[in-house]
Amino acid sequence: MTVSSVAQAVYVIAGLLFILSLAGLSAQESARRGTVLGMLGMGLAIVATIALALDRSQRPWPVTAGLILLVLVVGAAVGSWRARRVEMTQMPELIALLHSFVGLSAVLVGYGSFLAEPAGAAAAGGDTVHRVEVFLGVLIGAVTFTGSVVAFGKLSGRLASAPLTLPARNLLNLVALLACAALLAWFLAAGPGVGAGLGPLLLMTLVAFALGWHLVAAIGGGDMPVVVSMLNSYSGWAAAAAGFTLGNDLLIVTGALVGASGAILSYLMCRAMNRSFWSVVLGGFGTGTGTGAGPDGGAAVAGEVRETSPDEVAALLTAARSVVVVPGYGMAVAKAQHPVAELAERLRARGVTVRFGVHPVAGRLPGHMNVLLAEARVPYDVVLSMEEVNPDLPGTDVVLVIGANDTVNPAAQDDPSSPIAGMPVIEAWQARDVVVFKRSLATGYAGVQNPLFFRENTRMLFGDAKEQVDKIVQAL
Amino acid sequence: MRLGVPRTAGADPRLVAVTPDAVRRLADLGHDVVVEPGVGDGARLPAHDYVAAGARVADRADVWAADVVVTLRPPGPAELDLLRPGATLVAQLAPAASPDLLAALAARGVTALALDAVPRISRAQALDVLSALSNVAGYRAVVEAAEEFGGMFAGQVTAAGSTPPARVFVIGAGVAGLAAIGTAVSLGADVHAFDVRPEAAEQIESLGARVVRADDAVQQVSADGYASAQSADQEAAALRAYAEQSAQADVVVTTALVRGGAPTTITRAMVDAMRPGSVVVDLAAPGGGNCELTVPGERVVSDRGVVVLGYTDLAARLPQHSSRLLGTVVVNLLTLLTPERDGRLVLDLDDPVVRGMTVTHGSEVTWPPPPVPVSAAPPPAPEALPAPAVDREAQRRRRSMRRTVLGALGAVAAGLLIAASPPDAVGHLTVFALAVVVGFYVISNVTHALHTPLMAQTNAISGIIMVGALLQVGDPSPVVTTLAVVAAALASVNVFGGFLVTRRMLGMFTRDAPTGPDGGAS
Repeated sequence: MTVSSVAQAVYVIAGLLFILSLAGLSAQESARRGTVLGMLGMGLAIVATIALALDRSQRPWPVTAGLILLVLVVGAAVGSWRARRVEMTQMPELIALLHSFVGLSAVLVGYGSFLAEPAGAAAAGGDTVHRVEVFLGVLIGAVTFTGSVVAFGKLSGRLASAPLTLPARNLLNLVALLACAALLAWFLAAGPGVGAGLGPLLLMTLVAFALGWHLVAAIGGGDMPVVVSMLNSYSGWAAAAAGFTLGNDLLIVTGALVGASGAILSYLMCRAMNRSFWSVVLGGFGTGTGTGAGPDGGAAVAGEVRETSPDEVAALLTAARSVVVVPGYGMAVAKAQHPVAELAERLRARGVTVRFGVHPVAGRLPGHMNVLLAEARVPYDVVLSMEEVNPDLPGTDVVLVIGANDTVNPAAQDDPSSPIAGMPVIEAWQARDVVVFKRSLATGYAGVQNPLFFRENTRMLFGDAKEQVDKIVQAL
Repeated sequence: MRLGVPRTAGADPRLVAVTPDAVRRLADLGHDVVVEPGVGDGARLPAHDYVAAGARVADRADVWAADVVVTLRPPGPAELDLLRPGATLVAQLAPAASPDLLAALAARGVTALALDAVPRISRAQALDVLSALSNVAGYRAVVEAAEEFGGMFAGQVTAAGSTPPARVFVIGAGVAGLAAIGTAVSLGADVHAFDVRPEAAEQIESLGARVVRADDAVQQVSADGYASAQSADQEAAALRAYAEQSAQADVVVTTALVRGGAPTTITRAMVDAMRPGSVVVDLAAPGGGNCELTVPGERVVSDRGVVVLGYTDLAARLPQHSSRLLGTVVVNLLTLLTPERDGRLVLDLDDPVVRGMTVTHGSEVTWPPPPVPVSAAPPPAPEALPAPAVDREAQRRRRSMRRTVLGALGAVAAGLLIAASPPDAVGHLTVFALAVVVGFYVISNVTHALHTPLMAQTNAISGIIMVGALLQVGDPSPVVTTLAVVAAALASVNVFGGFLVTRRMLGMFTRDAPTGPDGGAS
């Protein structure tokens, strides 16, 4: 029994713990246990790895140990500082940023593995396989890195969230991929020395950086739930590729889990928008920002909107027996989750049934609204999903639409020419009265005008959602 | 512009078209409001409130000589003479029934806007005096009936015995009918209602009343929101339903107004078949009445003791709220007519709403307006053609075919790749493939609400790449060590940050306290 074999055994346990940890997230009740299992697995894996690293260290072990300690201290300090400080509305940015770290680590690990390549083994047959693994690991890591950086920029408002639509952008992506394939061939054909292979590897890294940047830059802000899940998936595949490079099964298992997780989330998000994965990934959607119907289709909607005041809404709510709140990205922008929760609490104290209806793609991250509402201490059992809330809406007195637009657009069902036709939506208009909180009459992300605003049972409450909700709470 | 508000003409000065509140909003539009002394007395709106709101008080002749005159009743001959040529009159004019008045107005060069000729389109609802007042009248009709009726509307079960709820039958579920239904339901009555328009059934039910079905009497969906005259067969079927229902009812509220008049819904025989002490309230009395016994404006008691109320002033019996609604309607109209908010009146005859209301313009009679194609309820959409469904089916099949082929190709390619790999890599690929499958199944079970924590958690877990980096730290090459240290530091930020933030998020998810007021809501 060597250190290495013990470490391998610990890795198996860690891998199982990771699987159980993700399985724990299937319900709120077991979610916290899941996190603890994940931490345990990670702790075991790190301890085993440190032992292994010290055992294999080709330097005096205290030096290696010191470096590792430094790394852990830095990571723990920065990581816990970010985790404590982050606001729940900024969750999407934080997650995108963390993805970029994984991407960059994968690139660095790939390079490290390439540079540490034992010169003697180069002549053997394993070399080609190893090189392919290094190459793929760096490629995926690089795309993840720049892609996540752009996603972070867009989510935090440092970059414009409108899609970048270069001419022939799909062709550009294809050319980049072909260039990478050509560089792989060169990389494999290059001589056994490290120096010979470094050129194509560096070139490919640059191309991959550009590809990642462009891929995400071409996708608009509202498709971010898909992009973030997609990057989540990439970061997993990057870790798995690193596992192949290093011949480490724990990395492979974990990377595959994460990759699968991201892929499923992307699929769910796409289905919630009734769009194919490719149409999201290829980008360029939602270019229209005008108030009219986009040039790409959709019947023009005209009519008059009826404005209302916080006092009137308060009166409406007091008289209601059941209220459904439909939050959207606008609630996150206005940071209105706390006043909204207070409003719900007040109404519930008066015996009004208040529930929340959350569309799968509301916000900029899968499940974003749920986290915001949880932060504001809204009990999770009154936060329902779209499928759960839709059958109840015809019997609902008042629906409050707070910062949501495309996810409550009746055109998705009524207007086959609409760009969002066929997307499942929350049928807010079925309720007796609808109050829409909105900053202006501008269109939502999809650039589609919303006929809901012109319905007879709809009242518009313009202005900052937070202030308006505060006023309603006061009026109550 | 000078905007005059005279006392409401006629014997009933209770309603006023402009309240002090409306004066304030009209002043905001740039109008200079002049009122006749005592204008708000009927609605108990004191004159000093008008003055405080910015109105001037002037005598009758002055008020009628303003640029815009807003009143409720059609002007009499004396008042017509007071109007200036070129002035604008806003009033209820009943244009269909008063061609002479229109001719007289046109002859004086007065532009007249009829408040009771607003086209029935949703955009114009805020200008519709008829629906505003009908709503009040429907409410008051039930209140009047409750006063006449010798019993309680709500059923009671007491130690001294029980009483059944009053049975109320409402004919016509327009604005007034629906208001009557809502009021009667809220008083606790057992309410039944009938309307010839099929789309009304849903509205009746939504207020808690029962729909009286008489299939033969139901019309096609009307294109303009008004009921139209019935065919003879439909009429006979409807009358049978009325007879059957009214015989059982304690209170009948009839609101049937088809364009141009009031059809008879309750015949003398039906009244005779009702129990003594029952009440019929005829909201169509201003148009002659739906009940054969109705005398417009009067309370009549039949020989057999059934009370028939034909009041024509139901809305005026609630002057404060009626005036308030009227004031808002007038403000809405003038907001439309003064788009620049500078007190200048602009009559946009291309606007179907304005065109519909304008009954005289310059010296011409412009009634009736060209028809406005509108729909209160959209006409039934033609059934979706089955052809696209077939297309979709074929498309789906083609897509699944393509998927199978691609899958097979992928499997063959992967198989070849694995076969070509060294045995070491094959082991890794096996692990990889199994892990992907396990991942898919595990993640598919994650609830939607936890997707954000899931992402944070997978983020932390993908920090496992640190393992790879840590193993490289001990490499003899300083370059590799540096790269490894940087990579490990980044990955460890992920590990710590990811787990902590997941914990923080999950800590926020709380279940509703079981003692909450509606703990069993979901």
